[in-house]
Amino acid sequence: MDFQTRSMRLNSARRTATNYFVSTLAVLATVVVIAPLVAILFYLIYMGASSLNLAFFTHIPAPVGEAGGGMANSIVGSGIILTLASLMGIPIGIAAGVYLAEFGQGKMLGNAIRFTADVLNGVPSIVMGISIYSLVVMQQKHFSAFAGGIALAIMMVPTITRTTEEMLATVPHAIREAALGLGVPKWRTVVSISLRTASPGIITGCMLAFARVAGETAPLLFTAFGNQFWSFHLNEPIAALPLQIFVYAISPYDEWHRLAWAGALVLIVMIMVSVTLVRIFANRGALKGES
Amino acid sequence: MPAPAIVPAMPANFAADPVPVAAGGPPSPIRAYLSQRGSGRLADSSFAAVMLLCACSIFAIVLFILSILILRSHLSLVQFGWKFFTREAWDPVAGDFGALPFIFGTLASSFLALLIAVPLALGVAIFITELCPRPLRAPISFLTELLAAIPSVVYGLWAVFVLVPLMRDVIGPFLVKTLGWTGFFEGSNFGVGLLTAGVILAIMILPIISSLTRDIMMAVPNSQREAVLALGATKWEMIRIGVLRNSRIGIVGAIMLGLGRALGETMAVTMVIGNHPNISKSLFAPANTLASVIAGEFSEATGDLYLSALIEIGLALFLVTIVVNAIARLMVWAVTRGAPGRVN
Repeated sequence: MDFQTRSMRLNSARRTATNYFVSTLAVLATVVVIAPLVAILFYLIYMGASSLNLAFFTHIPAPVGEAGGGMANSIVGSGIILTLASLMGIPIGIAAGVYLAEFGQGKMLGNAIRFTADVLNGVPSIVMGISIYSLVVMQQKHFSAFAGGIALAIMMVPTITRTTEEMLATVPHAIREAALGLGVPKWRTVVSISLRTASPGIITGCMLAFARVAGETAPLLFTAFGNQFWSFHLNEPIAALPLQIFVYAISPYDEWHRLAWAGALVLIVMIMVSVTLVRIFANRGALKGES
Repeated sequence: MPAPAIVPAMPANFAADPVPVAAGGPPSPIRAYLSQRGSGRLADSSFAAVMLLCACSIFAIVLFILSILILRSHLSLVQFGWKFFTREAWDPVAGDFGALPFIFGTLASSFLALLIAVPLALGVAIFITELCPRPLRAPISFLTELLAAIPSVVYGLWAVFVLVPLMRDVIGPFLVKTLGWTGFFEGSNFGVGLLTAGVILAIMILPIISSLTRDIMMAVPNSQREAVLALGATKWEMIRIGVLRNSRIGIVGAIMLGLGRALGETMAVTMVIGNHPNISKSLFAPANTLASVIAGEFSEATGDLYLSALIEIGLALFLVTIVVNAIARLMVWAVTRGAPGRVN
């Protein structure tokens, strides 16, 4: 064996070893990443399930020192705020997406809006909170469910816009052209052909945006503010599940910690259910596109 | 974009053009229907205008946030000027405000988070795209994305009750024993502080970085991989030369998007960082970030100057995250543009 072949052999052994080493590292990294997820979920289910009871869903928070109490008002409050946010955010988001996909292709304005939407998506939620505080709450001089709804709606818009646009872009041009060729006006083509074809994807986008803002706490701190009692008025401070979890988590009482875990479990289950629904919708959409 | 733009005018043209094929006779039923239905031009243009209005509302939102923050922080902007960002004082009672401790806390915790998250995220992305057996690919992607769906406040809750005791009793003492000589692990360790905030931030930004990196690595054409393998490279050399080198700009972009998220993350950090404006070399020391000082002190801010200073911190956070996100987006776009649509 001459010198050169020998060194090549050694080299090859080193390369194979590096290969195995790096592969092992990648596998380890994946395990390390999945471990906290599993830990969080299991701990959450363990702590949450042991503290959940019927009172949690039917009672309002009990005063300090009293056992029992629940978060019924927070669950309803979250529902009200999220409905408000969806009513404002979803139409605007979809319309902006329609503009980008159907009217703004290749235009400077379209690109600028796309870019702004992506950047807006990364603005910290606490900044949304203080902006809405400055605009709505400072004017009205009191916290309100309405202000919370606006803050969440603004956070929904960019996500929905971008997914709507992506989904509309997958609608084949031939379908649009067929409709236009039959003499259907453009607006009608967009509404009944493009939007309808892309609707599973668009619904997916809306639910993802919904799931994302459903767990937001920071924008609600200074807008919806939270409430220990029932409130159904849009113009008054209102309780929200994530806010209540935060308040209870940083409190010094064990009873409240227990409720915080139960609340977190309920919140996660609500979000997981919507994400799973998203998966089902998305799969159905993909199947439809194939046929 | 093909022809559709001119097509909508068709019905109108048909109606306006009075010359039928067979001159003289009554118009065909179709022609009669089309001409009495009228033009869709008005409806079309108003539809386009409404869509444009909604699209422009995104501009309006950004402009409105910027202007309202500048307006409301006016008092503090005038009082402290640029020095606001270099002063260390934070004394609400004396009305003396400076943002330096918070800038330090934000940068340090985000840097720690990136230090932990980036290698792990790259490992996960490499595993999912290049090494993972096909049936495992979807569940692992799904699990990592599930991490992104957990709300910030739940991470915070978990951190307060699990991570903080763990840092205090196990990881902290271990770090003191092994790395104590570096001077980064001095002072008393209560479990809350910069290091814990960095760890929870790392867990939170991991899914963003890894899923984006995965998308970017998947966008690298297979011919690149095959070319490198055909030259006799091992799998790792293929990944390094064929994949990572081609997608490095996109990966930097993904990391910066993660950084943008880490800079603005509020709730989980507020719950574990200790909320004390202080600049210290020790990672065990409690600190405070731009976002968490707003969350912690905004509702109890008495006095216009105090409120104004907090809003100015919000303004700074807004501008910094916009710049970081804009650069990141441009980098990600530069790589994924022209790539086949996302394959999930």
